[in-house]
Amino acid sequence: MHVEPVSRGPRCHGLEPKGRAPSSPREGPDTSHGVILYVEGLTVSFDGFKALDDLNLYIEDGELRCIIGPNGAGKTTLMDVITGKTRPDAGTVFFGQSVDLTRLTETQIAQAGIGRKFQTPTVFEQHSVFENLELALRGDKGVWHSLFARLTGGERERIEQVLELVGLTESMHVRAGLLSHGQKQWLEIGMLLVQDPRVLLLDEPVAGMTAGETDRTAELLTSLAGERTVVVVEHDMEFVRNIARRVTVLHEGRVLAEGGMDAVQNDPRVIEVYLGS
Amino acid sequence: MMGSRFDRLAGMHSRRGWLVTALVAAVGIVGVPVLNLVPPPGTWLHVPDYMVMLLGKFLCYAMVALAMDLIWGFTGILSLGHGVFFALGGYAMGMHLMRAMAGEGVYRSNLPDFMVFLDWKELPWFWYGFDRFWFALLMAVLVPALLAYVFGYFAFRSRIKGVYFSIITQAMTYALMLLFFRNETGFGGNNGLTDFKRILGFSLQAPSTKLGLYIVTAVLLLLTYLLCRYIVTSKLGRVLAAIRDAESRVMFSGYNPLHYKLFVWTLSAVLCGLAGALYVPQVGIINPSEMQPAGSIEMAIWVAVGGRGTLVGALVGAMLVNGIKSWFTVVSPELWLYVLGALFIGVTLFFPEGAAALLNRFPKGKGSCTSNR
Repeated sequence: MHVEPVSRGPRCHGLEPKGRAPSSPREGPDTSHGVILYVEGLTVSFDGFKALDDLNLYIEDGELRCIIGPNGAGKTTLMDVITGKTRPDAGTVFFGQSVDLTRLTETQIAQAGIGRKFQTPTVFEQHSVFENLELALRGDKGVWHSLFARLTGGERERIEQVLELVGLTESMHVRAGLLSHGQKQWLEIGMLLVQDPRVLLLDEPVAGMTAGETDRTAELLTSLAGERTVVVVEHDMEFVRNIARRVTVLHEGRVLAEGGMDAVQNDPRVIEVYLGS
Repeated sequence: MMGSRFDRLAGMHSRRGWLVTALVAAVGIVGVPVLNLVPPPGTWLHVPDYMVMLLGKFLCYAMVALAMDLIWGFTGILSLGHGVFFALGGYAMGMHLMRAMAGEGVYRSNLPDFMVFLDWKELPWFWYGFDRFWFALLMAVLVPALLAYVFGYFAFRSRIKGVYFSIITQAMTYALMLLFFRNETGFGGNNGLTDFKRILGFSLQAPSTKLGLYIVTAVLLLLTYLLCRYIVTSKLGRVLAAIRDAESRVMFSGYNPLHYKLFVWTLSAVLCGLAGALYVPQVGIINPSEMQPAGSIEMAIWVAVGGRGTLVGALVGAMLVNGIKSWFTVVSPELWLYVLGALFIGVTLFFPEGAAALLNRFPKGKGSCTSNR
């Protein structure tokens, strides 16, 4: 594993605004070894079925990683464990050097800087697009604060920038439940962005998107990597080929292969369980 | 800064909304008392005393309905135990009214009559302090708040949701009813507390006192409504609705739903306690039947009939259902429960948005029917 320190300076790709939400600076995880997520010996079983089986996985800070694998390989379970939704039977998940995610709640993990997009888009359907982003916006999430909170100019600006970025400026006052499937996906990605996480976990972000929308998503995710770490679970091979620098293939709860897309695609074991079918 | 705070408050309603609120409040707070006092009795404009008392009762129910709407309509948590909080508030006030007439009971004892009857020699410790009005009022909101907080903490922390939560709240109200039925519990057993004489020195039998209580209730209901409106139009209100619609997304956005649920659940109990404390001096009795499971279900029906998640619907529903109830229990009491059931089923099937949605549909005209959830 290489230990090249990753630069955390501001990168200029036109996505990160000058006026970020003026909330307290997040105490980031300790990534001095260049790795932001350490998954070690992770085992999760449901009624005897091992969804994850002694899984080891390392995600480097700032990388864009795709995780693929046939149905039931454990991809979504892995995301569930990282975000605190499922507790593992054994193993650890460390966020940087020192934060053990298996001991934190969903809320704490989100506040620590890990954002997640679900397989089926999950947005607040009764709220407007703008309100969805307002609720997701990084900042104090306490009860009293919410009771008296008012958006500052900087926060409003940040929301508007993300609206622009995910192409929903026109629909900002539309109720989220009325958006198309693809638009909901974008809104959910937007909600992750205003949350300002260090790691984005995206479960099938382009499901139900048109070809054009898929291309724009690929562009967006590629531009996010570097500043943030992006982990994508996806079935769409074309999309994975487009964005991935490094691909991990899961099979029966274990890592079957890992490497560049070409290497993985030519791996006979991968072909056998997945791509060859 | 002052300006923006004012904008925030003004923005709770549209212009028309404020106008309607002011109008209804004026009729309720000023209009009814004037029509009670000024026109001679017997003329068609006159609001008779019994009607004032009835309306005062309804306003207490309306306050409960608001509390119910906060927790059910906005947060999606159906409580079928709100009768407990209402009754506890009522008991606190009842205890004060009993203490305020010490020495004037049937037995001329310093103790409440039922204690003399049970041959108790001294006041139980939990009756201490209730001779003071402010203390009783404080307890009327604190005791429900404490019960709600503890109950809510364990239920919400264990992530008990939906119908399971509703069933547990039913069990809670039933258990407390059984407890309060016992003489040994010290709250007058199945007779409860009654035969009150006066509140703050004013005779409870005097029509002027009843009118005063009505006005106080109406003013407090208006303040409660404004408080609820403030909450549901705040970011906190949007988080509550978000918990209702997609709780996991709320958690993954960094909110702790436990704190939000506890806040609104406890507040809801406090409002019920307040309503109960206002109710008891007006009806003159509090007994464990207020904790009947059916009573709490009826509270949910008020909100369902009026329309969930609008606040106005809760007010309309409480007035409407109780209005029909008053009429029916005179005309044909044995039919009332069937009517209530039919009303509930009918509304659920044909007007899932409740009566308030019907009111809203009319004046807007075409092209504005956006409320098709």
